[in-house]
Amino acid sequence: MIRDITIGQYYPANSIVHRLDPRVKIMCTLFYLISLFLFKSVLGYAIALLFLSFCIRLSKVPFKFIVKGLKPIIMLLMITVIFNLFLTVGGDTLIQIWKLRVTTEGLRTAVFMAVRLIFLIMGSSLMTFTTTPNALTDGIEKLLAPLNIVKAPVHEVAMMMSIALRFIPILLEETDKIMKAQIARGADLESGNIIQKAKSMIPILVPLFVSAFRRASDLAMAMEARCYHGGEGRTKMKPLVYRKRDAAAYAITLVYTVTAVLVGRYVSFHIWIF
Amino acid sequence: MSIKLEHVNYIYSPETAYEKQALSDICLEIPQGQFIGVIGHTGSGKSTLIQHLNGLIRATSGVVYYEGRNIYEDGYPLKELRSQVGLVFQYPEHQLFEISVLKDVCFGPANQGLPEEECVARAREALEMVGFPEKYYDQSPFELSGGQKRRAAIAGVLAMHPRVLILDEPTAGLDPRGRDDILNQIARLHQQSEMTVILVSHSMEDIAKYVERIIVMNKSSVLYDGKPKEVFSHYQELEAVGLAAPQVTYIMHALKESGIAVDLSATTVMEAADSIEASLKKAGKETVGTV
Repeated sequence: MIRDITIGQYYPANSIVHRLDPRVKIMCTLFYLISLFLFKSVLGYAIALLFLSFCIRLSKVPFKFIVKGLKPIIMLLMITVIFNLFLTVGGDTLIQIWKLRVTTEGLRTAVFMAVRLIFLIMGSSLMTFTTTPNALTDGIEKLLAPLNIVKAPVHEVAMMMSIALRFIPILLEETDKIMKAQIARGADLESGNIIQKAKSMIPILVPLFVSAFRRASDLAMAMEARCYHGGEGRTKMKPLVYRKRDAAAYAITLVYTVTAVLVGRYVSFHIWIF
Repeated sequence: MSIKLEHVNYIYSPETAYEKQALSDICLEIPQGQFIGVIGHTGSGKSTLIQHLNGLIRATSGVVYYEGRNIYEDGYPLKELRSQVGLVFQYPEHQLFEISVLKDVCFGPANQGLPEEECVARAREALEMVGFPEKYYDQSPFELSGGQKRRAAIAGVLAMHPRVLILDEPTAGLDPRGRDDILNQIARLHQQSEMTVILVSHSMEDIAKYVERIIVMNKSSVLYDGKPKEVFSHYQELEAVGLAAPQVTYIMHALKESGIAVDLSATTVMEAADSIEASLKKAGKETVGTV
């Protein structure tokens, strides 16, 4: 049921990707995401696919698990595809139904958009699967440290992010529990029209909000009790240090980005319309 | 008229790194009207077990029968089952959501499709059964004390008139007095009606006083299943798996070892006191006789 939502979850495994410095993973993911938007031909996507499958293999996260993370974006994916398919102008007309026209350009954009979105989600969820929320925050904090000069509250933002990430599974579990409790009391969550369905969410949302606020206030209390006072003068038990494998990861990603972008943009290679 | 489990297995998150066998090959029969205690350590599978009894989670393999009918069969009225087998979750006060206590208790009966007057009547009756003070009926459930919230939540399930009542750790987080109050009320309920009551707990002390049958869960399977006296006679094995028999059991064994002929199967303080008294009297008579 609700346990199936995997976005933002950590998947424990013993792999080189898990051991990488979080900064490396964040930067590499960023490079990878940017590269996805620079391709013009199918060749670039092929290279991206190779790179992505290589990373997934290395990370030892089951492929099935990553695919599960795509479930929540299916709707978004469909809408994107349909809009691009019918509303893009240009190119030859392939099919025409009444006023709706599917052109080669439309099909091309729709397919590329879908692939891009899927790669995007898979790539970024690979990062969260292999990095604990704590490591992720450390990484973000370190990467954004230069912003401290302009008095941006980098530490606070990083802390808020890590708490938010940490709370995703907790709140999911809580939702699951509350749903079960209300189903046990005969609540009907599935049937009825949209208004009835929205109404049937009240018995779940109210307790969920109450518990979220309770948890937030408990956490604030616990942080206060341990003298948390923000980032100033705070040291780390395990400071981030770059190692050889991190340099190697940077190198591989750089090689990937350069080849993929160059090949994807400038080598003209076309299969049919793509 | 019973719940029957046959070779029930349940695995959480199969085929992932979080895979965990929560129940393995559970076979149980729960006849109508029994007062049962389910005991076990955190993570022993007791909460998972009870969620099978009203079909909230579906066994990975195996069958659950309610009154002889397989609840996994196509078209089985699960909603009906859930109103017959009432389940009170751990910390049930976390499920309260209405603007007044009375309305919240009405939620269950209203879901059963009963008319409003009937719902209110049942809610009042259920609140009375759990000893909830009438002056708070129209208060927001969020303004109550912990113990009162718990009562209101239990009443929310009772108002559905279940034939089987399952309570998961109903006393967790309550003070000793609140704990005794709630347990006594549950025991009284069981005596007054013909309800089956299943009480889940990790405290032997809580359970020993009330139940007629104890099911001990350990590492996802049933370790012991029998009358409290029988189960507690395995007190050394219970200790080995991190559970303890009631304190009385230890005292009785210590007394026996020091030469006082007491009844080892006493499980409550009253029984123990009677047994000690009897054996002391007997010993007294014997000494008088020899003199």
